[in-house]
Formats: sequence, structure tokens, C-alpha cells
Amino acid sequence: MRVRIFVLLKEGVLDPQGNAIERSLHTLGYGEVQNVRAGKYLELNVDAPSRAVAELRVREMCDKLLANLVIEDYRFEISSES
Amino acid sequence: MRWGVITFPGSCDDQDVFDSLKLELRQKVKFLWHKDELAGNYDCIVLPGGFSYGDYLRCGAMARFSPIMQGVVKFARSGGLVLGICNGFQILCESGLLPGALMRNAGLQFVCQPVYLRTEETDTPFTGALKKGQLLKMPIKHGEGCYYADLQTLERLHKNRQILLRYVDAKGRPAAAANPNGSWENIAGICNEKRNVFGLMPHPEVACNRILGSDDGAKIFTSIAAACADRAKSHG
Repeated sequence: MRVRIFVLLKEGVLDPQGNAIERSLHTLGYGEVQNVRAGKYLELNVDAPSRAVAELRVREMCDKLLANLVIEDYRFEISSES
Repeated sequence: MRWGVITFPGSCDDQDVFDSLKLELRQKVKFLWHKDELAGNYDCIVLPGGFSYGDYLRCGAMARFSPIMQGVVKFARSGGLVLGICNGFQILCESGLLPGALMRNAGLQFVCQPVYLRTEETDTPFTGALKKGQLLKMPIKHGEGCYYADLQTLERLHKNRQILLRYVDAKGRPAAAANPNGSWENIAGICNEKRNVFGLMPHPEVACNRILGSDDGAKIFTSIAAACADRAKSHG
């Protein structure tokens, strides 16, 4: 199974990278842009007997290593292709 | 007393900590390799600065899972003294030994400059030789030193007086302009509730001789040495 994981800073946590990107976009003339957040995107394959098991394992991976829950939230998608 | 300095892949201040302890402060110190278990009797374990595991994913996120860290967590839980400097501070936060997290500097730039620090608390093994309000001059050099904690955690830090150092101006005021990285409340260093684990972004190890601009960093190490001598006495 192919897993796509998105890690973003929590709401309310200062995101200086997102702010800098937003300013750059404004400078380029994209004044309609608001609330830019910069995060991480990870893709990985997992070998699991079922989607439920894969979900459980991926959640564990995120909690332990891939995200820091003090400052970040995550979500992921699992698809059957690999 | 015996000091251990851990070398992670990508640590780069381990030699400076080692040299300052051995040559400037005449201490007994050994290097510890991250892949080994923590064996032997140590009074203080130092996690030095650098870029462990290339700072991949997040600073300190992978070093936390180095084999030696299990021993360090046990050592800390049993009351052993643990000092994390810069990347070491990041590792201690990632491993849960200290609360909060260190994030990208608010100005996005890597900062490398001397800073003034104000001693906020002195009833810890790390600041016992200092006076409350005492100013220290030490360098910082980091890209991700912006201390963050949620409001409940900040409240706990206040209540238990865990904020040990703040960035201040030359007059000792924690002004916004004296905050080099956007840290909440100008926080430069905190300890845990039990007061035996201390993390700070500034580098005491490169401020141990006046020839380098300051010897204020040595006062952190001499505090630790004095606390360990006291401990040894009281344990007979």
C-alpha cells in the first residue's frame, strides 16, 4: 500500500517560513493569497495485511517519529497502489 | 566527578565540550559513542551541539532514537545530571526529557553572535554558582532555536521556576530586540521539574576562556561540578 503523509504546524504556532512565502507571493502580485502554511510531505510503501493494520502502524510512526505533536499535526492517505 | 560527552553522527561541538572540561576546568571526561550503551559511572552526561543526523526530519528527531539515549533517559529518571547544549537541547525536547520544542528562528536566518543571558533561577545544579539576575555573555549559533511551548506548559514552567536563562540586552532587560530567534518570553534555557536536566541554546563550552571573549560559560560547568561535590559529600 502507498501512504501519503502530510505534516503541518498546528494552528496558532508561528510559521515564519509560511509567512515568508506569503510575502513573496504578494510581491509577485498574488495579492489574493492568505494564510500560507509550510509543512512536510512524505510518501512511503507499507506491507500490511489490511488497510486497518496499515493505518494503525502509520499512526504509530507519525506519533513516534514523523511528527512532533508539540508543534505539528498530521494526516495521511492510504491507497492500494504501490 | 566524571563527565560523559556523547558524539552523535553530525555532532560538531563534542570536541569543544571535551577540551573545555579537560583543559580549562581540569575535569575527568570521556567521549561516549551514540551506538554504545550508557555503561559506567557518570555524574553528568553532556549532549553537545551540532547537526545530529543532518538535522533531517526535525532537529534532534532521530538522535533521540540512538541506542545510547535509552540509557540517558534512564540516567535522567534516576536523578543523574544531563546537560543539552544547542542540538543537545533539541534532542532533550524531542525525547521528552524537557517540555516544549525548538523551531525555526523567527527571522529564518542562522544566527551566530554573542548574546547576553540573565540568570533567572539559581537553585539548580546547573546555575548554583551564579547569582539571581547575574548576566552571562556567551555565543549562540543556530538556525532552529525558537523555543515554543503551549500555554499550559508555559504555566507549568513558571510555577515550577524551570526557566533558568533568558536572552536580555546589555542592561539585563528581556527586550524584544534582545531576542535573537523569536523564543517565547526570551527563553534561552530551561530545566525539567526535577531540576536535573538542563537544556540551553547558547554555548557555554566556547565561553570558558577570556581569550575567546568570555569565560562566563565556565560558570555553568563549575556549578555542576560543585553540585556533584556536594552530592558526593552528602552521600558519604
